[in-house]
Amino acid sequence: MNTVKFTVSAIAMAAAATAADARDQIQIAGSSTVLPYATIVAEAFGENFDFPTPVVEGGGSGAGRKKLCEGVGENTIDIANSSSRIKQSDIDLCASNGVSEVMEVRIGYDGIVFASDINGPEFAFTPADWYNALAAEVVKDGALVANPNKTWADVNPALPAQDILAFIPGTKHGTREVFDVKVLEAGCEETGALEALKAAKGEEEGPKGCLTLRTDGASVDIDGDYTETLARIDANKNAIGVFGLSFYQNNTDKLRVATMGGVVPSTESIASGEYPVSRPLYFYVKKAHLGVIPGLQEYIDFFVSDDMAGPDGPLAAYGLVSDPELAATQAMVAAGTPMGPLN
Amino acid sequence: MTDATFSGAVPRQSLYAPDEGMRRRNAAEARFRLYGLIAVGIGLVALVLLLSSVLLNGASSFRQASLLLDVPLDAAVLDKAGDRDPEKMKRVTTIGYGKLLDTALKEMIASKGIVIEGLTDKDVSDMISKEAAALVRNRVLAHPDLVGQTVSFKVLANGRIDGYLKGRVSMESAARDSNVSPNQLRLADALREEGVLIKAFNWLFITAPDASELRPEAAGLGVAILGSAYMMIIVLVLSLPIGVAASVYLEEFAPKNRWTDLIEVNISNLAAVPSIVFGILGLAVFINFAGLPQSAPVVGGLVLTLMTLPTIIIATRAALKAVPPSIREAALGVGASKMQSILHHVLPLAMPGILTGAIIGLAQALGETAPLLLIGMVAFVRDYPGAPPEGFFDPASALPVQVYNWTQRADPAFVERASGAIIVLLIFLLIMNAVAIVLRRKFERRW
Repeated sequence: MNTVKFTVSAIAMAAAATAADARDQIQIAGSSTVLPYATIVAEAFGENFDFPTPVVEGGGSGAGRKKLCEGVGENTIDIANSSSRIKQSDIDLCASNGVSEVMEVRIGYDGIVFASDINGPEFAFTPADWYNALAAEVVKDGALVANPNKTWADVNPALPAQDILAFIPGTKHGTREVFDVKVLEAGCEETGALEALKAAKGEEEGPKGCLTLRTDGASVDIDGDYTETLARIDANKNAIGVFGLSFYQNNTDKLRVATMGGVVPSTESIASGEYPVSRPLYFYVKKAHLGVIPGLQEYIDFFVSDDMAGPDGPLAAYGLVSDPELAATQAMVAAGTPMGPLN
Repeated sequence: MTDATFSGAVPRQSLYAPDEGMRRRNAAEARFRLYGLIAVGIGLVALVLLLSSVLLNGASSFRQASLLLDVPLDAAVLDKAGDRDPEKMKRVTTIGYGKLLDTALKEMIASKGIVIEGLTDKDVSDMISKEAAALVRNRVLAHPDLVGQTVSFKVLANGRIDGYLKGRVSMESAARDSNVSPNQLRLADALREEGVLIKAFNWLFITAPDASELRPEAAGLGVAILGSAYMMIIVLVLSLPIGVAASVYLEEFAPKNRWTDLIEVNISNLAAVPSIVFGILGLAVFINFAGLPQSAPVVGGLVLTLMTLPTIIIATRAALKAVPPSIREAALGVGASKMQSILHHVLPLAMPGILTGAIIGLAQALGETAPLLLIGMVAFVRDYPGAPPEGFFDPASALPVQVYNWTQRADPAFVERASGAIIVLLIFLLIMNAVAIVLRRKFERRW
């Protein structure tokens, strides 16, 4: 009879499963760049408040925003971390699923650094160097040609004669977007390739050519995270990798950082805007969940408080560049102001 | 055969003296055995490489550096109201407690007469794990009467200091490392000599929850082990009865026709479906449709049940098939009903095979990560789930997920943690597979 009993109890369990009780912890998902910051805050929040520690998931900025916009209710997440700004398509998706009000909270800035093996030579890059090294088509002697550059010295005689090999984030990463805009597009314009491309392919198609990378193996997309990039650099000592500032700061004994436009990346140079390759980090809060999920308001207040996100807080210690306009963000969070339309 | 072979005078040989053909056949056999040996060798080398890399990297995670500190719990800082009311004392955050610990360590250094040139206050306070303040705060809030006394605490040392004791961090690397300074390592040496800095077995690695990237030294497997255990309970309770019932029907009652053939083919197919597919199904059915919570062991358990079912059904059917028909016929012959013959004779005889299949299925489910990715279990979870059955609905992590999470962290200390977690997972798998072998050896009957 045991089998019968087992089956009955199994069915009973499955039935009980549908009657789950109310959720009492905050659920967060999204960008893997914001993930370490969110876990640091979640941990301190769980320690110092009477609320349970929030559950934080990675998964990528786009995936997190999509999850946020799935709808309102306990089975959907409360906060989406994002390393790029929310898109109109996300807002539309949110609206169609009944998520009408979303708060946008900017937590600070993150720098993107270019680093190579610690025992390799020093590099001093400009966006133009990167464009000439990685683009499919570059301007040479006034004409648009397929990229002929083999070593960094071919790109810029001031750079070491080391074979070009770059590990850049894959297209699903928010980091890649910043790399595209702040490095490749800037370099494209600087080298005059943008004009040449527009002349050759038209106003519409030309700018897209700026982001077309060479496919002969000199530029490698890394779809994993920075640990993979680090491991690949360990195996290919002459490669240059693209990292987040915080990752680099945790591995300064293995990586040598390159300057960009003559500026060494640091929290100071990013905060002052001197270092060109940086981006704001955000999280998005579903306003309908405020007051429903216990501790949600307290968590977001705590996140942007000076103790956490301020220049001397643990987030800055980990590599976040503190937002100079943090006070405005604090006021916005305290007032619960939802974000307006994208400009 | 042509006559040519036999023409001419072939000297007759003794059977004991090998001729050409015999030599060739022997050589072929020797080669055949060699191929087998090489195959076994490749497998063994792969195993040894895997195990040694995991053990070399991970064994150190079971020992951890700690500081023995006498902390004066200053009432002026911790309890300004002076009435020892835990509710009011909660206002002092871990930042306040952290400062107390810094002072305690500074006093300890001064009292031991340790002098290190150029040691800054930040160097000293960074010796202590950020987790330590939470430990002291929780203890004080639980025992408010401790305030005002000087209490000895064993607190974790910073991850880099721990790395120094384990040889991961050296003076040279510290000079380049922005998170640790050579002065701190000199201080660590001095504290080690004084017996303040000790290295001991790391129970916290087994029991503590995950920790953020600022404190790799505090990260543990507690929540992951509980989550995995909960999921295995659900998998066992659901998949064993369902699997056995399905196999008994298919094997003993179902007519052999197209439909049963179709079902059979599909069960074998399901066993080979990539596990991520079950994750997608779980997300759609259990979370989006049935409304079960995210990150909960109950959803993980249900998804893994679906994944384990085919394995259990196939193993159970094989075990049922192996029971000779004579047993069934004898039972029916003395007047037992079909149900009696199955429950009293066939199932007990097939039980060792069924249990072996179930345990192997469970072991497979224990090591599965992909389906859990989609149902929110690959997350940072710090609170332990409650006791079952309510705990099945609380967020939890799982062992393989914890390995995956830790390999993605920036701090190099997590490399050791990830390998340590693999060791724990391997130990669980080893135990389960050993139980399966013992069951088979002990109870299996052959006819």
